[in-house]
Amino acid sequence: MGELRTIVEAACPGAVIGEAERAGELTIEIANERLLEVARFVKGPPLSFVLLSDLTCADFPEDPRRFRLAYQLLSLESGARLRLRVWCPPGEEDRPEVDSVTPVWATADWHEREVYDMFGVRFRGHPDLARILMPLDWEGHPLRRDYPLGGEEVQFTDAV
Amino acid sequence: MGEGLPVAEEARSALEAARREGRPLTETERAIAGAEALTPQEALARTEAAEAADHRPGARRPMVINLGPQHPSTHGVLRLVTELDGEVVRDLHPVIGYLHTGIEKQCENKTYWQAITLVTRMDYLASYFNTHAYTMAVERLLGLEVPERAQYLRVVMSELNRLTSHLVWLGTSGLELGAITVFFYTYREREKALDLGEMIGGERMNTRYFQVGGCADDMPPGFERQLREFIAQMPARIDEYEEMLSQNPIWLDRTRGVGVLPADRLVDLGVTGPALRAAGVDLDLRKAAPYSGYEHFDFQVPLGVNGDAYDRYSVRVREMRESVRIIEQALDGMPEGRHIADDRKVVLPPRGELATSMEALIHHFKLVTEGFTVPEGEAYAAVESPRGELGCYVVADGSPKPRRVHMRDPSFVILQALRPMARGGYLADLITIIGSLDNVMGGVDR
Repeated sequence: MGELRTIVEAACPGAVIGEAERAGELTIEIANERLLEVARFVKGPPLSFVLLSDLTCADFPEDPRRFRLAYQLLSLESGARLRLRVWCPPGEEDRPEVDSVTPVWATADWHEREVYDMFGVRFRGHPDLARILMPLDWEGHPLRRDYPLGGEEVQFTDAV
Repeated sequence: MGEGLPVAEEARSALEAARREGRPLTETERAIAGAEALTPQEALARTEAAEAADHRPGARRPMVINLGPQHPSTHGVLRLVTELDGEVVRDLHPVIGYLHTGIEKQCENKTYWQAITLVTRMDYLASYFNTHAYTMAVERLLGLEVPERAQYLRVVMSELNRLTSHLVWLGTSGLELGAITVFFYTYREREKALDLGEMIGGERMNTRYFQVGGCADDMPPGFERQLREFIAQMPARIDEYEEMLSQNPIWLDRTRGVGVLPADRLVDLGVTGPALRAAGVDLDLRKAAPYSGYEHFDFQVPLGVNGDAYDRYSVRVREMRESVRIIEQALDGMPEGRHIADDRKVVLPPRGELATSMEALIHHFKLVTEGFTVPEGEAYAAVESPRGELGCYVVADGSPKPRRVHMRDPSFVILQALRPMARGGYLADLITIIGSLDNVMGGVDR
């Protein structure tokens, strides 16, 4: 599986900053600002990961980089899977940002809206970055670890 | 930008939030704000005013109609902000989240084994598949081997679940197009299949029969006989459904050539499952990346040609026949052995041992109170659900609770294809397309 990393590295020098393999699942860590370039490359030949299965985020408040995005890719030709991992540091202003991959895989549209809604990660170049599951005027991002469970006000509490 | 409209409260605060962030409203926000602003009378008045302003004969402006969230033909609480020009859908914006219950957040606050109960409730028509993807991801993180008998039991119950899910889809999409009879036929069989689920798992729906390491219990006495009776009559029942629909001129008129997108566009939109296979793309995870022993079974992957609503119907009906075949083979070849892995650090000890073995009691107590820990790492396990690739992404941090559980639900992804499919078509076809995509809102909103 190490050869996958070599292929990506040869096409996008310096973009791959890490690699992990566990139980047959290969993960390649990509530098935040190089994501779009790598995404374009892995979608085309020779790797042809044409299907973006899933895109989601996990929150690590103890890490300064905090938000870790995972892109699950599937190749229809070989059935191989690959996971891209990108960190989105929130910075001083709590504005974690990364390039949107919607120009590469159209399916990323709603996935990125969900990550924005739930974690507050912003996707540069997304055509329509609105909240998707929560109401438009919701405050906060519910899947962040510091967002309390059951912290929202229950409707009709005063109507008992 | 929303100014000048009598903006409703939610839309107004969205506008204010956007202003604070120094950005304009996005397309969806604008569509929702516009729709929320109008009562039907106001919408009519606006259209009439626009018609009056534009004197060219036949000049019309689109009318914004809220389809849903409470609408009998939208499969649950799906809201579509639809711009209509007469009967033609000019544009539409799906608005989802009405069934959002924060299950993924809840999972982070439960132990691994408690979270199984929550994930069954995501795609409520395919609860076995939710638990299958989740338990597979956790097993992969634990490096836990599932006994072969448990894998076969999982295949049997998964395929039975595929049948019940397709039966709901067939019955309700018939209802939506006015073919009421087929609903009674499909629910007759569905009841029998649900009874089988109750026999083996204790519940008709949302069963937590799949556990980390295998299945909760072995087949109870009489289960196999009843299941064999069920699958023996199923092919004749499927013939009955086909007799009602496959040559039915109204059904053909309503479904042929409706909701077509080219195959590469479907892949780009992430569409999987019957909706993709109807367009001729041979992607079935049971074949492409076999799991749970699917490589041992002989079955076909039905494909369509045109990718229209009729092909999706035909693919699903043929899939039901294949499911029957798989169940039959699994029962015939059911290996001997345990129904769950023999790992006392993860799997509950057998109930009978609790009265006699101190050690079993301790294990039981530890597992139920504290749960088992999972070594740090991440895993993505995907199964072929009735609607396509259902994946579960689990991030473990070494504690007894998952750091992150995310479901890649096929309904959520498929719903994105609704807009390009329905744009420029008739409103009546929109209903056909929703039915043929078979999205379950519990899975979309999670």
